[in-house]
Amino acid sequence: MASQEILREEPSRGSFINDPKIRGIFFQAVVVIVLVALVWWIAQNVIANLTRLRIASGFGFLNSRAGFDISESAIAYSSDSTYGRAILVGFLNTVIVAVAGIITATLIGFIIGIGRLSHNWLIRKICTVYVEVFRNIPPLLVIFFWYSGVLAVLPPPRESINLPFNSFLNQRGFYFPRAVWGDGSWLILVALLLGIAMAWFVARKARQRQMATGQQFPVFWTSTALIIGLPVLAYALSGFPLSFDYPKQSTFNLTGGFQVRPEFLSLYLALSCYTAAFIAEIVRAGIRGVNKGQTEAAAALGLRAGPILRLVVIPQAMRIVIPPLTSQYLNLTKNSSLAIAIGYPDLTAIAGTVLNQTGQAVEGVVIMMAVYLALSLLTSAIMNVVNAKMALVER
Amino acid sequence: MQEHDLSFVRVEMALAQSAPPSERGLGAWIRKNLIASTGDTILTIIGIVLVAMILPQVINWAFISAQWTGTDRTVCATVAQGGIQPDGWSGACWAFVNAKFGQFMFGRYPIDERWRPILVAILFVALLVPLLIPKVPRKGLNAILLFGALPVVAFILLVGGIFGLPLVETSLWGGLLVTLSLSFVGIAVSLPVGIVLALGRRSKMPIVKMLCIIFIETVRGIPLITVLFFASVMLPLFLPAGVSFDKFLRALIGVSLFAAAYMAEVIRGGLQAIPRGQYEGADSLGLGYWQKMGLIVMPQALKLVIPGIVNTFIGMFKDTSLVIVISMFDLLGVVKQNFSDANWATAQTARSGLVFAAFVFWLFCFGMSRYSMFTERRLDTGHKR
Repeated sequence: MASQEILREEPSRGSFINDPKIRGIFFQAVVVIVLVALVWWIAQNVIANLTRLRIASGFGFLNSRAGFDISESAIAYSSDSTYGRAILVGFLNTVIVAVAGIITATLIGFIIGIGRLSHNWLIRKICTVYVEVFRNIPPLLVIFFWYSGVLAVLPPPRESINLPFNSFLNQRGFYFPRAVWGDGSWLILVALLLGIAMAWFVARKARQRQMATGQQFPVFWTSTALIIGLPVLAYALSGFPLSFDYPKQSTFNLTGGFQVRPEFLSLYLALSCYTAAFIAEIVRAGIRGVNKGQTEAAAALGLRAGPILRLVVIPQAMRIVIPPLTSQYLNLTKNSSLAIAIGYPDLTAIAGTVLNQTGQAVEGVVIMMAVYLALSLLTSAIMNVVNAKMALVER
Repeated sequence: MQEHDLSFVRVEMALAQSAPPSERGLGAWIRKNLIASTGDTILTIIGIVLVAMILPQVINWAFISAQWTGTDRTVCATVAQGGIQPDGWSGACWAFVNAKFGQFMFGRYPIDERWRPILVAILFVALLVPLLIPKVPRKGLNAILLFGALPVVAFILLVGGIFGLPLVETSLWGGLLVTLSLSFVGIAVSLPVGIVLALGRRSKMPIVKMLCIIFIETVRGIPLITVLFFASVMLPLFLPAGVSFDKFLRALIGVSLFAAAYMAEVIRGGLQAIPRGQYEGADSLGLGYWQKMGLIVMPQALKLVIPGIVNTFIGMFKDTSLVIVISMFDLLGVVKQNFSDANWATAQTARSGLVFAAFVFWLFCFGMSRYSMFTERRLDTGHKR
């Protein structure tokens, strides 16, 4: 009976010092007070320092004349342009090298990753050596290696190495013919878009028909014919408007053509090689994560090796692969900031120059952080959409 | 009665026969691993061609044609470039690495004082090796000495200024010394800070949780270079006029905070993998928050994420090379700085120096990853699901 009496009593709370709720509130209050005090102290110091250095804060400086040149620019830029435009050039350069790097790294990474699972001993070993070498050295070192160790010791322009399709390789970079689009070339672009749209439509129809009747349709060949054939047809119809500006050797340099500078080339190659090693490991883990029973069941249904890989293994492996792949893409984008070490004008390099010239340290770092955060969020968002498409649809 | 009519019952086992000749030996291995099918054979041929193209050149460059000793650039340059080598010669210039070895290790640390970093390195190895070998006893004392006493001793020895040791400014430090001290401090700081951040992110206190999320996601979203920029340009602005930070210290803060954010995410992964029952079990035993975390959850969570933690360490070790952008010279920085030495400038110098640096980095990173695999196997007590 006594125990029932006790149960009916209010549970004793003890001292309020031991109440987790009150403790939590107290602790958080302390954190907030300390943080506010810290921020206030920092703000005071920043204001005092800026007044002492006579720097006006705010983003007004973006509209003043930059006064420095940028070696590579996707949009029109001269030293008379504004700081804002300079930073935009840097941003575009970051995006260009990141996108090019992501595409190449994915290709190399998938090849090496599948190679590491090959039945062939030699291929397996070659791929393992590649992964173990590139995973364990700093990306900056790889960049320097391409830049100072390979590209800088190429022959001078007079003794350029001739490559197929009138391309040249020398100390100053890689030269290839530039396409010159004449009148009426918009027709080709329209044809290309039309081809892609029709291919998509055909693929959809074929899928529906296969679902309904089981009859297959050669989608791949039709799409290839549409996507390549239509632009070629348009090219012929509009009177062959495309011509090429070939790089020509003059006494000291190459003129004409399109020049890819060694800074871009080494950054792009290094980022691709380095990230590919990580992607290869992700792909390997993904494929090994697919249950062997899946392959065997597909084989029992009568599928051949190719369709098994394409229809059964890869769709399931992609589910495992995509989240870590996303973070590798983000890493590559962030690593592109290493460009500053070899003088490729990416966002960090240009923002750094602007920061040194104007002394607007706070604004400069804020711009850098904001842009990289935005790029990261954008990449994550795109990959989340892809991931959602690939995710397991359960009943 | 049927069984009695059996005329023969075998009582001893038949002797095991060796596999047929087609299934053993080198021939079978080649057939299985190199030429199993037409596609396989083509791949093998491509592989052999690739190896035959690359490997002899690499061996020739790194060993056969390499120059190991010499006093200046002439040993590594062809006649046309003003050296002694025949035209078309291409080999590693290890003589350059040899001549600059002291700099690669210590940077501009005064030559008379170099016994100090060497002593620290000996102490470090003497404390680290027993900690890494599972059988050696007294792990607790060892860890306290390594992470508590060694930093103090190392600081006194390396910086000096007391006990009659001359002061060596951190601006004179360089080479592997900077790489290793940055990574050691980064590792020692980022793990505890990462644990605190991970716990904060899973905390029930909304403000603490939000602050941790903001910190982790911001740092993870920006490149290390930006963090280093932040540490080198903005930290001085944050402090009262006249107070200045050592550049080395600023880099340390940047690298440690950066690694801590990544570490927090790795540890959070481990915390999430611990079943609820473990938390509830600890609660029902009457353990407080820190007891619950320290005695029940963390040991299991950390064990699960050892590969992730070591990967973060490796990443940080590699990332220390980025301090070059705030003009500090770690191993890679010193190597690169020496390319411009007119006494050694040849076509092979850059390549040789970089290959040497890559080899050093590779040794450390590969060692760390192998040790983590070993630990993972040793600690694998069947918790993997």
